Amino acid sequence: MGTEKILFYIFATVVVFGASMVITVRNPVRAALFLVLTFFASSAIWLLLEAEFLAIVLVLVYVGAVMVLFLFVVMMLDINLARLKAGFISYLPVGLGVAITMLVIMVMIVGPQNFGLEEYLAPVRHVASYDNTRELGGLLYTVYVYPFEIAAVILLVAIVAAIVLTLRRRPNTLHQKPEEQIAVKSVERVRKVKMRAEERK
Amino acid sequence: MIALSDVLILGAILFSLSVAGIFLNRKNVIILLMAIELMLLAVNMNFIAFAYFLDDIAGQIFVFFILTVAAAEAAIGLAILVVLFRNRHSIDVEDLDSLKG
Repeated sequence: MGTEKILFYIFATVVVFGASMVITVRNPVRAALFLVLTFFASSAIWLLLEAEFLAIVLVLVYVGAVMVLFLFVVMMLDINLARLKAGFISYLPVGLGVAITMLVIMVMIVGPQNFGLEEYLAPVRHVASYDNTRELGGLLYTVYVYPFEIAAVILLVAIVAAIVLTLRRRPNTLHQKPEEQIAVKSVERVRKVKMRAEERK
Repeated sequence: MIALSDVLILGAILFSLSVAGIFLNRKNVIILLMAIELMLLAVNMNFIAFAYFLDDIAGQIFVFFILTVAAAEAAIGLAILVVLFRNRHSIDVEDLDSLKG
Protein backbone atom coordinates (compact mmCIF):
# COMPACT_ATOMS: atom_id res chain seq x y z
CA MET A 1 0.00 0.00 0.00
CA GLY A 2 1.56 3.27 -1.10
CA THR A 3 1.71 6.56 0.78
CA GLU A 4 -0.95 7.93 -1.51
CA LYS A 5 -3.46 5.30 -0.52
CA ILE A 6 -2.68 5.65 3.19
CA LEU A 7 -3.21 9.43 2.93
CA PHE A 8 -6.45 8.84 1.06
CA TYR A 9 -7.76 6.50 3.75
CA ILE A 10 -6.80 8.89 6.55
CA PHE A 11 -8.61 11.79 4.92
CA ALA A 12 -11.58 9.61 3.95
CA THR A 13 -11.92 8.55 7.59
CA VAL A 14 -11.89 12.20 8.65
CA VAL A 15 -14.54 13.01 6.02
CA VAL A 16 -16.86 10.22 7.18
CA PHE A 17 -16.31 11.07 10.84
CA GLY A 18 -17.01 14.77 10.22
CA ALA A 19 -20.13 14.06 8.19
CA SER A 20 -21.56 11.68 10.79
CA MET A 21 -20.91 14.25 13.54
CA VAL A 22 -22.65 16.95 11.47
CA ILE A 23 -25.86 14.96 11.40
CA THR A 24 -25.78 13.76 15.02
CA VAL A 25 -24.52 16.58 17.29
CA ARG A 26 -27.10 18.56 19.23
CA ASN A 27 -25.60 22.00 18.82
CA PRO A 28 -25.87 23.61 15.34
CA VAL A 29 -22.66 25.60 15.96
CA ARG A 30 -20.77 22.36 16.48
CA ALA A 31 -22.43 20.88 13.42
CA ALA A 32 -21.19 23.83 11.35
CA LEU A 33 -17.66 23.40 12.73
CA PHE A 34 -17.69 19.67 11.91
CA LEU A 35 -18.85 20.58 8.41
CA VAL A 36 -15.75 22.79 8.16
CA LEU A 37 -13.62 19.77 9.14
CA THR A 38 -15.34 17.70 6.45
CA PHE A 39 -14.65 20.35 3.83
CA PHE A 40 -10.97 20.57 4.81
CA ALA A 41 -10.50 16.80 4.58
CA SER A 42 -12.28 16.60 1.23
CA SER A 43 -10.16 19.40 -0.16
CA ALA A 44 -7.13 17.29 0.80
CA ILE A 45 -8.63 14.36 -1.15
CA TRP A 46 -9.20 16.66 -4.13
CA LEU A 47 -5.51 17.60 -3.93
CA LEU A 48 -4.66 13.88 -4.16
CA LEU A 49 -6.85 13.71 -7.29
CA GLU A 50 -4.97 16.62 -8.92
CA ALA A 51 -7.75 19.16 -8.65
CA GLU A 52 -5.59 21.78 -6.96
CA PHE A 53 -7.56 24.86 -7.98
CA LEU A 54 -10.90 23.45 -6.85
CA ALA A 55 -9.38 22.22 -3.59
CA ILE A 56 -8.25 25.73 -2.71
CA VAL A 57 -11.57 27.17 -3.93
CA LEU A 58 -13.37 24.76 -1.61
CA VAL A 59 -11.38 26.05 1.34
CA LEU A 60 -11.62 29.74 0.40
CA VAL A 61 -15.24 29.89 -0.76
CA TYR A 62 -16.85 27.19 1.34
CA VAL A 63 -14.96 27.37 4.58
CA GLY A 64 -14.16 31.05 4.24
CA ALA A 65 -17.51 32.38 3.11
CA VAL A 66 -20.40 29.94 3.17
CA MET A 67 -19.61 28.31 6.50
CA VAL A 68 -18.93 31.68 8.14
CA LEU A 69 -22.35 32.75 6.87
CA PHE A 70 -23.84 29.61 8.40
CA LEU A 71 -22.13 30.32 11.71
CA PHE A 72 -23.36 33.92 11.71
CA VAL A 73 -26.95 32.84 11.11
CA VAL A 74 -26.79 30.03 13.68
CA MET A 75 -25.42 32.39 16.31
CA MET A 76 -27.92 35.15 15.50
CA LEU A 77 -30.97 32.95 15.93
CA ASP A 78 -32.12 32.09 19.42
CA ILE A 79 -33.14 28.48 18.95
CA ASN A 80 -34.89 26.17 21.36
CA LEU A 81 -32.59 23.16 20.96
CA ALA A 82 -34.50 20.71 23.13
CA ARG A 83 -37.61 21.09 21.03
CA LEU A 84 -35.72 20.71 17.75
CA LYS A 85 -34.04 17.51 18.87
CA ALA A 86 -37.27 15.86 20.01
CA GLY A 87 -38.07 12.85 17.88
CA PHE A 88 -34.43 12.25 16.97
CA ILE A 89 -34.56 8.70 18.36
CA SER A 90 -37.89 7.86 16.76
CA TYR A 91 -36.62 8.82 13.30
CA LEU A 92 -33.37 6.90 13.81
CA PRO A 93 -34.48 3.44 12.53
CA VAL A 94 -36.12 4.84 9.40
CA GLY A 95 -33.21 7.13 8.61
CA LEU A 96 -30.59 4.44 9.17
CA GLY A 97 -32.61 1.90 7.15
CA VAL A 98 -32.99 4.20 4.16
CA ALA A 99 -29.34 5.30 4.31
CA ILE A 100 -27.96 1.77 4.59
CA THR A 101 -30.19 0.51 1.77
CA MET A 102 -29.03 3.38 -0.45
CA LEU A 103 -25.41 2.77 0.49
CA VAL A 104 -25.61 -0.96 -0.27
CA ILE A 105 -27.24 -0.34 -3.66
CA MET A 106 -24.72 2.34 -4.61
CA VAL A 107 -21.74 0.26 -3.49
CA MET A 108 -23.06 -2.66 -5.55
CA ILE A 109 -22.95 -0.37 -8.58
CA VAL A 110 -19.76 1.63 -7.99
CA GLY A 111 -17.80 -1.07 -6.17
CA PRO A 112 -14.42 -2.47 -7.23
CA GLN A 113 -16.00 -5.03 -9.59
CA ASN A 114 -17.16 -2.24 -11.92
CA PHE A 115 -14.84 0.69 -11.20
CA GLY A 116 -11.75 -1.00 -9.77
CA LEU A 117 -8.16 -0.53 -10.89
CA GLU A 118 -8.56 -3.27 -13.54
CA GLU A 119 -11.39 -1.41 -15.25
CA TYR A 120 -10.08 2.12 -14.79
CA LEU A 121 -6.29 2.32 -14.68
CA ALA A 122 -4.92 5.09 -12.53
CA PRO A 123 -3.69 7.77 -14.95
CA VAL A 124 -0.05 8.81 -15.07
CA ARG A 125 0.67 11.71 -12.76
CA HIS A 126 1.25 15.03 -14.50
CA VAL A 127 4.73 16.52 -14.45
CA ALA A 128 5.58 19.07 -11.79
CA SER A 129 5.26 21.99 -14.21
CA TYR A 130 1.64 21.07 -15.01
CA ASP A 131 -0.64 23.92 -14.01
CA ASN A 132 -4.18 22.87 -13.13
CA THR A 133 -5.36 26.49 -12.76
CA ARG A 134 -4.06 27.40 -16.22
CA GLU A 135 -5.76 24.39 -17.81
CA LEU A 136 -9.03 25.11 -16.07
CA GLY A 137 -8.90 28.80 -16.95
CA GLY A 138 -8.07 28.05 -20.56
CA LEU A 139 -11.15 25.89 -20.88
CA LEU A 140 -13.40 28.11 -18.76
CA TYR A 141 -12.75 31.31 -20.71
CA THR A 142 -13.07 29.72 -24.15
CA VAL A 143 -15.41 26.73 -24.42
CA TYR A 144 -17.44 27.43 -21.28
CA VAL A 145 -17.49 31.23 -21.45
CA TYR A 146 -21.30 31.56 -21.70
CA PRO A 147 -22.01 29.20 -18.76
CA PHE A 148 -19.35 31.14 -16.85
CA GLU A 149 -21.18 34.42 -17.47
CA ILE A 150 -24.49 32.83 -16.49
CA ALA A 151 -22.84 31.72 -13.24
CA ALA A 152 -21.79 35.33 -12.65
CA VAL A 153 -25.39 36.48 -13.19
CA ILE A 154 -26.64 33.79 -10.78
CA LEU A 155 -24.27 35.07 -8.11
CA LEU A 156 -25.47 38.64 -8.72
CA VAL A 157 -29.09 37.53 -8.40
CA ALA A 158 -28.20 35.71 -5.17
CA ILE A 159 -26.61 38.87 -3.74
CA VAL A 160 -29.63 40.99 -4.63
CA ALA A 161 -32.07 38.37 -3.34
CA ALA A 162 -30.27 37.93 -0.03
CA ILE A 163 -30.15 41.69 0.57
CA VAL A 164 -33.76 42.30 -0.46
CA LEU A 165 -35.05 39.41 1.65
CA THR A 166 -33.34 40.50 4.84
CA LEU A 167 -33.86 44.25 4.40
CA ARG A 168 -36.12 45.48 7.17
CA ARG A 169 -38.05 48.74 7.05
CA ARG A 170 -39.44 50.00 10.32
CA PRO A 171 -42.21 52.53 9.71
CA ASN A 172 -41.92 54.47 12.99
CA THR A 173 -38.22 55.25 13.07
CA LEU A 174 -36.72 58.56 12.04
CA HIS A 175 -34.37 58.32 9.10
CA GLN A 176 -32.88 60.45 6.36
CA LYS A 177 -34.15 60.34 2.80
CA PRO A 178 -30.96 60.53 0.72
CA GLU A 179 -32.76 60.92 -2.60
CA GLU A 180 -34.53 64.05 -1.40
CA GLN A 181 -31.33 65.39 0.12
CA ILE A 182 -29.48 64.98 -3.14
CA ALA A 183 -32.27 66.41 -5.28
CA VAL A 184 -32.55 69.60 -3.26
CA LYS A 185 -31.60 72.90 -4.97
CA SER A 186 -30.19 76.02 -3.45
CA VAL A 187 -33.38 77.95 -4.32
CA GLU A 188 -35.38 75.75 -1.99
CA ARG A 189 -33.13 76.39 0.98
CA VAL A 190 -31.96 80.03 0.65
CA ARG A 191 -34.42 82.85 0.00
CA LYS A 192 -33.22 86.25 -1.18
CA VAL A 193 -35.25 89.11 0.21
CA LYS A 194 -35.06 92.68 -0.98
CA MET A 195 -35.70 95.25 1.74
CA ARG A 196 -34.59 98.64 2.92
CA ALA A 197 -31.94 98.96 5.53
CA GLU A 198 -33.48 99.60 8.89
CA GLU A 199 -32.48 102.47 11.06
CA ARG A 200 -30.49 101.68 14.12
CA LYS A 201 -32.37 102.47 17.31
CA MET B 1 -2.67 3.77 -6.11
CA ILE B 2 -6.15 5.10 -5.36
CA ALA B 3 -8.79 3.20 -7.34
CA LEU B 4 -11.75 5.00 -8.85
CA SER B 5 -14.08 2.78 -6.81
CA ASP B 6 -12.51 4.00 -3.54
CA VAL B 7 -13.47 7.61 -4.23
CA LEU B 8 -16.89 6.63 -5.58
CA ILE B 9 -17.62 4.60 -2.44
CA LEU B 10 -16.54 7.55 -0.30
CA GLY B 11 -18.98 9.71 -2.27
CA ALA B 12 -21.72 7.12 -1.76
CA ILE B 13 -21.05 7.03 2.01
CA LEU B 14 -21.18 10.83 2.18
CA PHE B 15 -24.44 10.92 0.24
CA SER B 16 -26.07 8.23 2.39
CA LEU B 17 -24.95 10.01 5.56
CA SER B 18 -26.55 13.22 4.40
CA VAL B 19 -29.79 11.41 3.49
CA ALA B 20 -29.78 9.92 7.01
CA GLY B 21 -29.16 13.44 8.34
CA ILE B 22 -32.26 14.73 6.56
CA PHE B 23 -34.31 11.97 8.20
CA LEU B 24 -32.83 12.48 11.67
CA ASN B 25 -32.95 16.28 11.81
CA ARG B 26 -36.21 16.87 10.01
CA LYS B 27 -37.23 19.59 12.45
CA ASN B 28 -34.13 21.76 12.26
CA VAL B 29 -33.87 23.73 9.01
CA ILE B 30 -30.22 24.71 9.59
CA ILE B 31 -29.05 21.10 9.81
CA LEU B 32 -31.17 20.30 6.74
CA LEU B 33 -29.28 22.98 4.79
CA MET B 34 -25.98 21.53 6.02
CA ALA B 35 -27.06 18.05 4.89
CA ILE B 36 -27.76 19.47 1.43
CA GLU B 37 -24.26 20.96 1.38
CA LEU B 38 -22.89 17.50 2.25
CA MET B 39 -24.85 15.97 -0.65
CA LEU B 40 -23.39 18.51 -3.07
CA LEU B 41 -19.94 17.70 -1.70
CA ALA B 42 -20.52 14.00 -2.42
CA VAL B 43 -21.55 14.80 -5.99
CA ASN B 44 -18.51 17.02 -6.46
CA MET B 45 -16.29 14.23 -5.15
CA ASN B 46 -17.62 11.91 -7.88
CA PHE B 47 -17.12 14.55 -10.57
CA ILE B 48 -13.51 15.12 -9.53
CA ALA B 49 -12.77 11.40 -9.34
CA PHE B 50 -14.07 10.87 -12.87
CA ALA B 51 -12.22 13.95 -14.13
CA TYR B 52 -9.00 12.48 -12.78
CA PHE B 53 -9.47 8.89 -13.94
CA LEU B 54 -10.83 9.70 -17.40
CA ASP B 55 -8.22 12.48 -17.77
CA ASP B 56 -10.91 14.96 -18.81
CA ILE B 57 -10.85 18.33 -17.09
CA ALA B 58 -14.47 19.09 -18.06
CA GLY B 59 -15.54 17.34 -14.86
CA GLN B 60 -13.71 19.99 -12.85
CA ILE B 61 -15.54 22.72 -14.78
CA PHE B 62 -18.81 21.16 -13.65
CA VAL B 63 -17.62 21.18 -10.04
CA PHE B 64 -16.84 24.87 -10.45
CA PHE B 65 -20.42 25.59 -11.52
CA ILE B 66 -21.89 23.38 -8.80
CA LEU B 67 -19.86 25.32 -6.22
CA THR B 68 -21.20 28.60 -7.62
CA VAL B 69 -24.82 27.48 -7.52
CA ALA B 70 -24.38 25.95 -4.06
CA ALA B 71 -22.99 29.23 -2.72
CA ALA B 72 -25.97 31.11 -4.16
CA GLU B 73 -28.35 28.54 -2.72
CA ALA B 74 -26.80 28.78 0.74
CA ALA B 75 -26.96 32.59 0.69
CA ILE B 76 -30.62 32.70 -0.34
CA GLY B 77 -31.59 29.80 1.94
CA LEU B 78 -30.04 31.45 4.97
CA ALA B 79 -31.68 34.78 4.08
CA ILE B 80 -35.06 33.03 3.93
CA LEU B 81 -34.25 31.37 7.27
CA VAL B 82 -33.52 34.73 8.91
CA VAL B 83 -36.78 36.22 7.60
CA LEU B 84 -38.64 33.12 8.76
CA PHE B 85 -37.21 33.35 12.25
CA ARG B 86 -38.02 37.07 12.40
CA ASN B 87 -41.66 36.41 11.56
CA ARG B 88 -42.39 33.13 13.35
CA HIS B 89 -39.71 33.07 16.11
CA SER B 90 -39.02 29.41 15.33
CA ILE B 91 -37.17 27.36 12.74
CA ASP B 92 -39.03 24.17 13.52
CA VAL B 93 -40.37 22.67 10.30
CA GLU B 94 -43.56 21.65 12.11
CA ASP B 95 -44.40 25.28 12.83
CA LEU B 96 -44.34 26.12 9.14
CA ASP B 97 -47.87 25.09 8.32
CA SER B 98 -49.47 28.42 7.47
CA LEU B 99 -49.95 27.35 3.84
CA LYS B 100 -51.87 24.27 4.96
CA GLY B 101 -55.49 24.43 3.85
